[in-house]
Amino acid sequence: MFHIIKTRKIYYILSLAIIILGIVSLLTRGLNLGIDFTGGNLVELRFKNPTTVENVRAALADYNLEDSKIQSSGENTYLIRTKVLSQQESDKAFNGISEKLGGATMLRNELVGPVIGKELTRQALLALGIASVLMVLYITWRFEFLQAIAAIGALLHDVLVMVGMASLLQIEIDSSFVAAVLTIIGYSINDTIVIFDRIRENLRQNRKEELADLVNKSLWQTMARSINTVLTVVFVLLALFFFGGTTIHNFVTLLLIGIISGAYSSIFNASPIWYDLRRLQRERKRSVKAAA
Amino acid sequence: MKWGKVLRLFAVIIAVAVIAVASTQPIFPNVKWLPLTKEIPLGLDLQGGVHVTLEAKDTPQAKVNDETMKQLLQTIERRVNAFGVSEPIIQQEGKNRIIVELAGIKDPEKAVNEIIKTAFLEFKTEDGKTILTGADLKNAVESKDPVSGAVEVDLEFNKEGTEKFASVTSTNVGKRIAILLDGQVLQNPVVQEPITGGKARITGYNSLEEAHTIAVLLKSGALPLKAEVIEKRTVGPTLGADSLDKSIKAGIIGVIAILAFMLGYYRVPGLVANFALVVYALIVLGIFAAMHVVLTLPGIAAFLLSMGMAVDANVIIFERLKEELKSGKTLRSAIDAGFKRAFVAVLDSNVTTLIAAAVLFYYGSGPIKSFAVALSVGILTSMFTAITFTRWMLHNTADTGIKNTKLYGA
Repeated sequence: MFHIIKTRKIYYILSLAIIILGIVSLLTRGLNLGIDFTGGNLVELRFKNPTTVENVRAALADYNLEDSKIQSSGENTYLIRTKVLSQQESDKAFNGISEKLGGATMLRNELVGPVIGKELTRQALLALGIASVLMVLYITWRFEFLQAIAAIGALLHDVLVMVGMASLLQIEIDSSFVAAVLTIIGYSINDTIVIFDRIRENLRQNRKEELADLVNKSLWQTMARSINTVLTVVFVLLALFFFGGTTIHNFVTLLLIGIISGAYSSIFNASPIWYDLRRLQRERKRSVKAAA
Repeated sequence: MKWGKVLRLFAVIIAVAVIAVASTQPIFPNVKWLPLTKEIPLGLDLQGGVHVTLEAKDTPQAKVNDETMKQLLQTIERRVNAFGVSEPIIQQEGKNRIIVELAGIKDPEKAVNEIIKTAFLEFKTEDGKTILTGADLKNAVESKDPVSGAVEVDLEFNKEGTEKFASVTSTNVGKRIAILLDGQVLQNPVVQEPITGGKARITGYNSLEEAHTIAVLLKSGALPLKAEVIEKRTVGPTLGADSLDKSIKAGIIGVIAILAFMLGYYRVPGLVANFALVVYALIVLGIFAAMHVVLTLPGIAAFLLSMGMAVDANVIIFERLKEELKSGKTLRSAIDAGFKRAFVAVLDSNVTTLIAAAVLFYYGSGPIKSFAVALSVGILTSMFTAITFTRWMLHNTADTGIKNTKLYGA
């Protein structure tokens, strides 16, 4: 079994590489924001007769909506994203298209005004901030402040990976993105805490052991649990991913990315970061003593 | 083998199996609250329906304030009720918003249209003066002329309206009086003679249904404010049923994978954990049914995720159990020590997840709230079953005399 603390630079570099890749993608391609954030109409129509994206676009042209995003989402089923339409406009356009292409069932019709998107962004950031602060407080109370910082560091890693991957894979971001991110935060912290719990216990039992070895031992002692837990969650997520229908596909994809990133950061980032923070703290104390 | 203990174990297993079947399958048609699954209301995304957020805007006649919002809410309530939707949700959000949720309706688009129609009725003289409005109406009913078959809406004025109408018609004989709805002229008849009976009618409808809609709108009164749709989510019943089917299927596959994995990796404790997982799922189901937690697609996802967490609590405990066994403890004391030391980890790790769920609940809306509720119920229940039921079952299993520690993964 390899020594996780001694090889920690490799994991830092790997994490940084993925995060930088995500940030580059964010800066160049940006995020694929859904109507929840941009405002607009999303309509899913199931046509009675086979048709093509081109036909749908041609039909939309009658209502000056030819620059809408059209995407096939199943057999004879198309997702159409348009700009914000009023109730009357959307009625007219989609009834018209349905008639022109031989009849269609409206599976869903979502309208989000531009105000909602701004509120959502603000609420999402607020929720993230508040959840992080509360967790730091809890971990500081139950463990110690440096472990809280390390845990939040790992958590930030997961959020950055999720946002970066969402940009890289151009996964559409809707309001459930916030739920996905917060769930992963909960999970990732959960994983980290179980490891910290073991470190806490080992510290109590064995004060003389070299810290790097003690942390390493704790990581390996909890390894089976860390992997098994992620596996069981991944089973469920994979089932939802392959069989769960289109409406939660994006949500599940993000959760999958997040869970894997969360498991990785709990093992390979949180504890090593804590180890480094602790080391720095000791060195500083020592240098203060030396100066005095 | 101690057969008494084995019997007890079997009795528990059979009891749980009976409860499981009764909770999910309609085998007792006479018991109202069974199966439990029936008591859990489905969200709009699973049964189809519409969720609309309306934002009230000032009109030249009225400004948005508490009083006009109350009127707006009441008017919308009257309309929704008149359209005959079961269990609608109509509530104010913030200062100037109203949320309307209608589940299981066939034509959600049409319903939205009718809810937000201003329905401002006016009677105007030739020189453009408004002489009567919808506020002067006492009643409006659709009817069909038995002879000609023409469909019309019969209006009946209140006392004040009757007097006003009588005086205006007597001074306007030979002139036209226009009837307008939302500024559009419906009719523009010539007054033949003074009308003192307080009645009028609007004709020219194609169907009784169309006339009924207008009558409902007129009767419910005009909206005091302009209501603009700022958010609308319609899910057709087809998509809803499809989503439900697919997520149930996905859930079953995922759960079977978990069960197989736990059994393969942890053996006897794995079997106990799987059994605890069934109990866990039943408790969650019971809580959902008792609290009438609305089940949405994200809610199902949260439920399945929390299954993962329920397993996790057991995984932590079993890993501990293995260690304690390896350190040479007897089975019984290893079980106790394992639980004691695992509990702290389970508690601390679950509290942090609960914090995330609580924040989600507070800041999220609609489906996200439902996700947070399902996750919280799941986490709390999983902690409960892991530290009570799993432990009890492990002791029971140990009591039966299955003492080979290899079977416990050591």
